[in-house]
Amino acid sequence: MGLLDGKRILVTGVLMDSSIAFHVARIAQQEGAEIVLTSFGRTTKITTAIARRLPTTPPIVELDATSAEDFDLLSERVREHVDGLDGVLHSIGFAPESALGGNFLKTEWADVSAALQISAYSLKALAVAAQPLMPEGGSVVGLTFDASVAWPKYDWMGVAKAAFESTARYLARDLGPANVRVNLVAAGPLKTTAAKSIPGFEEFDGVWAARSPIKWDTSDFEPAARACVALLSDWFPATTGEIVHVDGGVHAMGA
Amino acid sequence: MAASEQEILAGLAEIVNEETGIPASDVQLDKSFTDDLDIDSLSMMTIVVNSEEKFGVRIPDDDVKGLKTVGDAVGYIQKASA
Ligand SMILES: NC(=O)c1ccc[n+]([C@@H]2O[C@H](COP(=O)([O-])OP(=O)(O)OC[C@H]3O[C@@H](n4cnc5c(N)ncnc54)[C@H](O)[C@@H]3O)[C@@H](O)[C@H]2O)c1
Repeated sequence: MGLLDGKRILVTGVLMDSSIAFHVARIAQQEGAEIVLTSFGRTTKITTAIARRLPTTPPIVELDATSAEDFDLLSERVREHVDGLDGVLHSIGFAPESALGGNFLKTEWADVSAALQISAYSLKALAVAAQPLMPEGGSVVGLTFDASVAWPKYDWMGVAKAAFESTARYLARDLGPANVRVNLVAAGPLKTTAAKSIPGFEEFDGVWAARSPIKWDTSDFEPAARACVALLSDWFPATTGEIVHVDGGVHAMGA
Repeated sequence: MAASEQEILAGLAEIVNEETGIPASDVQLDKSFTDDLDIDSLSMMTIVVNSEEKFGVRIPDDDVKGLKTVGDAVGYIQKASA
């Protein structure tokens, strides 16, 4: 018996096999789920090659988080592969270079707004676009990086994550009556393409080495991915608007 | 069975051509991916991922940075697949 037997899950954000979403898709398949991936534009070629490294090669539908049309067409495109959904993973994050790395006071609104649209607003757009596929309800899970404090280098991505976390709470409020749960996993630092594009990302290694009560390995995707799978399963039936920290315990430590 | 330098170059040239449209004959050992062939980071990722699949090797991100020329990549793949 798998945790996700019979479940149909839409997984965004698989770029490389170092993507958190890749590991969620892998474990979800191992737990019995049927997976549909999304990718966009030129990255679709990479996602297509990487998808072949999953236990079963899933179909891929186009979804650019900046495209209202893609969100409008999402349910139709997903229906070509599955007759509905039981869960959705949001694993999309992006901020222009000027919005990261210690340039906080100088970043222009155009770049901030791109970060907010792709990294925060997209959770609402995705949940609303997928809702018609979940008439009985379902589970929406997203990935955040603890936005309750300021971090070195994370800058406007941190602000976007604060908006993202708030968006999840409002979605939990508005989609709860339709039996759609919305929860986030706040992961510790992991060496993914997105993380490595943050100049100075290595500084987080030191923070976690010093503060994490449980040893944190920045190349072990298993803990964060398993938490996502658990939240996608039936084992948190009355949990919504929640943030589960998968960070070795750093969020709970004073120093 | 390890592939020869020529075989790897030919295979890599095919992947580069498929991704970028650059004629396979222009993909030569001394060419720089960025300066001569004008390949951007997204295309480079695609080329790396497809090369991993074609040659059955792993090229970690940290090593990709060191692959400046086509020759660097061919050498890397030859060593990794030996
Ligand atoms: N890596 C970490 O340390 C860490 C920690 C906590 C949370 N997160 C979050 O995890 C999520 C996944 O990131 P990751 O670390 O696996 O990196 P990743 O680079 O593998 O994934 C980011 C994904 O976002 C997608 N994306 C970017 N712009 C997009 C757009 N316009 N439309 C659709 N998709 C788009 C990319 O294609 C990619 O698949 C992000 O929300 C990230 O903020 C990461």
